[in-house]
Amino acid sequence: MRLTALVVAALCWLAPMPTLAQEAARIVQENRDQIVKPSRQTIGPVITALAASGDPMADDILSAWEAKRLVIRKSDEALFLALPEGDGFALTALDGTPAGTAVKADLTELKPNAGVRGLIATALVQFTLSDPDPVKRQEALTSIAQDPTAEALEPLRAAIASEADPAMKAQKERLERLLTLRFDPASEARVAAIDSFGADLGLDLRAALNPLVVTTRVASATPPDGNVAGELRLGTDIPEDEAYALLVAANLAPARLTLEEQRAALLANLSGGMVGGVPVAELDTQAARDRAYTALEASGAVPVAATDDEAKAALATAKFYEVYAEPDPAVTSAAQAALGRIGTKVGVMQTADLGLDALSLASIYFLAAIGLAITFGVMGVINMAHGEFITIGAYTGYVVQLFVPDYTLSILIALPLAFAITFGGGVAMERLVIRHLYKRPLETLLATFGISIALQQILKNVFGTQARPLTSPAWLDGAWVLNDVVSISYIRIAIFVLALIFLGFFLYLMKRTRLGLEVRAVTQNPAMAASMGINPDRINMLTFGLGSGIAGIAGVAIGLFAKVTSELGTDYIVQSFMTVVVGGVGSIWGTLAGATMIGGFQKVIEFFNPSNTLAAQTYMILFIILFIQFRPRGIIALRGRAAGD
Amino acid sequence: MKLTRRTLLSSAAAAAAMTMPRFAFAQAETIKIGVLHSLSGTMAISETTLKDTMLMLIEQQNAKGGLLGKQLEAVVVDPASDWPLFAEKARELLTVSKCDVMFGCWTSVSRKSVLPVIEELNGLLFYPVQYEGEESSKNVFYTGAAPNQQAIPAVDYYLEELGVQKFALLGTDYVYPRTTNNILEAYLISKGIPKEDIFVNYTPFGHSDWSKIVGDVVALGADGKKVGVISTINGDANIGFYKELAAAGVTADTLPVVAFSVGEEELSGLDTTNLAGHLAAWNYFMSADTPENAAFIAAWKAFIKDDKRVTNDPMEAHYIGFNMWVNAVTAAGTTEVDAVRTAMWGQEFPNLTGGMAVMGTNHHLTKPVLIGEIRADGQFDIISQTDPVPGDAWTDFLPESAVLEADWKDLQCGMYNKDTKTCVQLTSNY
Amino acid sequence: MTLLQPRHRSALIFIACLAVFTIAVTIAAHFGLVSTSFVKTLGKTLCLCLAALAMDLIWGYAGILSLGHMAFFALGGYMIGMWLMYARTEEIVVASLLNGGLPATPEEISQGIATQIFGVVGASDLPAIWSFAYSLPLQLALVVAVPGLLALVFGWLAFRSRVTGVYLSILTQAMTLALALYLFQNDSGLRGNNGLSGLQNLPGVTASQDAVSLWFFWASAAALAVAYLTLHAIVSGKFGSVIRAIRDDEARVRFLGYSVEGYKLFVFTLTAVICALAGALYYPQAGIINPAELAPIASIYLAVWVAIGGRGRLYGAVIGAAIVSLLSSWFTGGRVPSIPLGFATINWVDWWLVLLGLTFVCVTLFAPKGIGGLFDRFAGVLTPDRKGAPLGPDDGSLMEQEAQK
Repeated sequence: MRLTALVVAALCWLAPMPTLAQEAARIVQENRDQIVKPSRQTIGPVITALAASGDPMADDILSAWEAKRLVIRKSDEALFLALPEGDGFALTALDGTPAGTAVKADLTELKPNAGVRGLIATALVQFTLSDPDPVKRQEALTSIAQDPTAEALEPLRAAIASEADPAMKAQKERLERLLTLRFDPASEARVAAIDSFGADLGLDLRAALNPLVVTTRVASATPPDGNVAGELRLGTDIPEDEAYALLVAANLAPARLTLEEQRAALLANLSGGMVGGVPVAELDTQAARDRAYTALEASGAVPVAATDDEAKAALATAKFYEVYAEPDPAVTSAAQAALGRIGTKVGVMQTADLGLDALSLASIYFLAAIGLAITFGVMGVINMAHGEFITIGAYTGYVVQLFVPDYTLSILIALPLAFAITFGGGVAMERLVIRHLYKRPLETLLATFGISIALQQILKNVFGTQARPLTSPAWLDGAWVLNDVVSISYIRIAIFVLALIFLGFFLYLMKRTRLGLEVRAVTQNPAMAASMGINPDRINMLTFGLGSGIAGIAGVAIGLFAKVTSELGTDYIVQSFMTVVVGGVGSIWGTLAGATMIGGFQKVIEFFNPSNTLAAQTYMILFIILFIQFRPRGIIALRGRAAGD
Repeated sequence: MKLTRRTLLSSAAAAAAMTMPRFAFAQAETIKIGVLHSLSGTMAISETTLKDTMLMLIEQQNAKGGLLGKQLEAVVVDPASDWPLFAEKARELLTVSKCDVMFGCWTSVSRKSVLPVIEELNGLLFYPVQYEGEESSKNVFYTGAAPNQQAIPAVDYYLEELGVQKFALLGTDYVYPRTTNNILEAYLISKGIPKEDIFVNYTPFGHSDWSKIVGDVVALGADGKKVGVISTINGDANIGFYKELAAAGVTADTLPVVAFSVGEEELSGLDTTNLAGHLAAWNYFMSADTPENAAFIAAWKAFIKDDKRVTNDPMEAHYIGFNMWVNAVTAAGTTEVDAVRTAMWGQEFPNLTGGMAVMGTNHHLTKPVLIGEIRADGQFDIISQTDPVPGDAWTDFLPESAVLEADWKDLQCGMYNKDTKTCVQLTSNY
Repeated sequence: MTLLQPRHRSALIFIACLAVFTIAVTIAAHFGLVSTSFVKTLGKTLCLCLAALAMDLIWGYAGILSLGHMAFFALGGYMIGMWLMYARTEEIVVASLLNGGLPATPEEISQGIATQIFGVVGASDLPAIWSFAYSLPLQLALVVAVPGLLALVFGWLAFRSRVTGVYLSILTQAMTLALALYLFQNDSGLRGNNGLSGLQNLPGVTASQDAVSLWFFWASAAALAVAYLTLHAIVSGKFGSVIRAIRDDEARVRFLGYSVEGYKLFVFTLTAVICALAGALYYPQAGIINPAELAPIASIYLAVWVAIGGRGRLYGAVIGAAIVSLLSSWFTGGRVPSIPLGFATINWVDWWLVLLGLTFVCVTLFAPKGIGGLFDRFAGVLTPDRKGAPLGPDDGSLMEQEAQK
């Protein structure tokens, strides 16, 4: 693409257009200072001049500038267009002549900020709206959508007919309607455009409609001119303080006195130890100060401030109105109607989106807790080091990515490898430590805590305290977008699927396999199971390994969407315990129910209190504590070794 | 009676162990520099780098022949991200190790913990991290940015260059984001942004579940105004946040994010290809193109023996602070705190990004503010560099602190009320 | 009961040791042999020992592994901290308003205090929880009342629904986590993450920190002595037998007609109050309290101290807390020489936690009696030989009487 641009530029240079060909370069030279250090506030005319110059180089210069490829050669301070070539750059002069090459150290790149780049993109629209290259056409459309202007309407309309690509044609038409409803001079056309959308959920539509219904509040004795939205009732529609401020702003009432102003006024009128007839020493109560100020008011020494009664009286006589900024009543009522239609639908969709978020959080909790549910639920062993197994899993993913640069392949290797490593760790821990503590469940808690702090510190010593990158494969980038309200990232969907797989796997394992049968037997009565020829030691070891192995896999999954640090697991350990306990120990369905409840509950609180996520977590835990008081055995209570005593 | 002997022995052993260094240190003929950075615990991630920076600077100074004819000696302690321990270690550094100066702290709470100790014992602390302001202690030199040296210029950039009309202030729930966001809210309202166009959210440390918050922020665009995010999210939580942004398809063109706590070090923890164009505001970026910076980076990489390590803003703050202190000691001819303090006022030292940093009498630096766009390689493109801005201890944008001023030279007060013309307090109220 | 009975011997020895230790430290401090910061460290350690005593009562004797007792410790600190901050700030505000020309109104003073305490992140009105902060006696009462009530309500709910064993551990952990998260919020009115600071400066006291640190050291030692004697009296009497019975077989005690829940609730609340008092003595020495002090890990460490020291013996808890916390502060102080291994260097700042964790695992596995087991060995107290039958659920915390051959 760049080569074609160069060829075109070269052709232009050969063509006999000497005056125009120098035009862009001249504009650049004249405004050099501004171009080197541009500000969005002032650079507009320069960009417009360049775009309107008619010089075929203008397009190239603007594109290069936008892409940070306009450079200054340090040796002679001249401006060039630069294209990467080998180790250095191929330079082109502003009039299109090739100007040799240069290495990076000899050049200073101009770095226009995003605001300036936006202006350049807008200016480039006219060149690119019908460009043969679909990528450039798309860029032009994006630029218009981001920065809709009345000027873009005509070129856009002109570019629709010639559009061959049906998807892009639809995009252009939609954009045309969005611009029409804002900028078309004819009222009917705007209303028609608004109505044509129906209850469309697009964010761009709401972004176009909402500015049409923006109102300002005014205090006025008579209904004001303009497109009045309605009168405001004092107290219900508009609080008294705000209403009084409007009165003051409209010069309909005097301002109220603040305590600081009163204090300053008293100080200013202090004379001979007295203010307004009150001795200074007595001014240590608000009542005394008010008295002094009233006395000063009476003597005319300070301006009269509104008292509460006066303020009430002023408010009682005044009227307050809301006025649309948009002068056309037909458009505002159509926009209001459209927003009303959209609003209901958006509400439903928001609930759906919240549901997806809750489901996603639930699946993360489920993955983190399922391993614990097995060791804790089935064996009655509290594994405080569970969090560290999660961390080890995440670090395994990181290490694999160091050696296998292909992200897809590396994840496929990392998942089983993480399982293998943490399975091994779990088995080793069971053999060395847990086995000796089966009769002392509280002490397994402490011993595994010891392992947990040791492991965490070892991980810190090995991997450092910085977060390590664990990158998901490209096919998991991005999000599944149902509409502009409901969307969820693919990585979360993948975690959800992973959680489902493990749910299925465990149900199958426990209900349909020999191992599951033996595990259940050992859970219910180890002595009896042993006498039936089952080796409880082996079963315990395998169960513990399995639980730890799942933690490793959960670690890879969690690392993909969050951070990979040595404290990754610690963040999930308490929540995981809660999930297991709330759900009911020893039941996979219980863990699922617990995770769903905790995830859902947390999202609902976040919804009601969007500005404080920390509060949501606090109330969630409080809720869990209360819940356990009333259902001490969790949602799904099982009988067995862990639940019985 | 075995009990008696045991208890006594163990406590005596512990006591001996704790007091021994006192005698060991008392004899050495060196100038001691306390390094008070957490080497373990949650803050180790950021602070270990600063400890290494200090060791490097001290080594360089010793190679130049030390100071006042003596060698410098670093006394490194580990307050382990435990805030009460900061106070304890600071007391130890001042009374047991007899340090002449301390470089340290990162979080505001650790600084607040140390403040009463150094004010009581008249110590000297250089604090290198951008912080919320609203403080000026006689015994602290703040070499990081105050809000007017980071937050305000970044918001100006949003308003003027990007035309942002609606703001999402996202932060971790602690005092720096809270204060900064309060200041920004007042500033934005003074610039004509209505209060309902400012969305604020606070999350816990290390938060990882960002999907709903990112969704909320994207939905802010529904009223047709250009939305910009100002992030004071701390540390690791940024990784999940940026990953979620990338997944939601939020590009810098549609919804720019400017961060005050994300630097080169934090970005090394994630893949930045999808984040190109998002912003950060600092007083220093590693990509600054000056000979001083090139030399500093080269020295750092050689010292740490790792070619991939990055440099960041608090490191530059220590670099400036340390060199200013060296010059002030040379000028004063002594390491005695009061003399050094007087010599510090007006000290100048070149920034790594060009120009001169000047220490003001309010104990804050005058430094330029840089705004950078994240590049795909985890570095920043510097797209805006202001003229040097003097650090303001008490912000001018909140009524309760607009009347306050700090000037240790003429007013001899860190909290001076300009209205009543009185010094509210000499020591800090922590 | 005469104090010279053998079962009171350990208490007498302990008090004697504590007295000798206190006097020794005082003399050493007087002659400048130990630094002020070390006196503070010792004073704080005594407070931690006090908390460990409480932990030992509830875990070692009553068998309830609470992983939330540091929440009460910190709450005690918060309560006293509120008064310290308020009173100190009041002094500053009144002094500064005096210079303002007009005498201050009460509203101005309270507004000034609020602005000073909360800076620009709070409202100018003090939150309701600060209502009593103006008065030392009231706030001191809250030191006992707030943690006590919290423990009473929480314990009543938990014991009533028969939440036991590991469930209770997790529940108490959830409690301290919830409280920590709540206090982390700036809106909770206790300064969020910054917490309350500058607590070492006592309002109205002009004495230097050298003196203040000694006062607090003495107060901590006295509190420890009183608590030790009280708890010793409790556990060596009939009450002690009942709670140990609850630990070993709760159902059987219930069938014998004892109100198990009542006993548990009493122990839970009493230990919470002791922890709160310890906290109220600790934080003025530490100088700062913030929500990180309530993190679940702090309470787990409390359990670790007691386990290493030896459960079911009051002196064990004290020894464990003292040794582990002093060693911790020594190892993290960066003064312990590194061990070069040739290929790598063991830097204790990095490896101390690994050592602690592994030691802890070993103690749990091989020496469930902890350091206390050593004393048993010297005193000739051995684990009862039950011919291979299990020793009960908690063989680490058997008392010496039960263990006599």
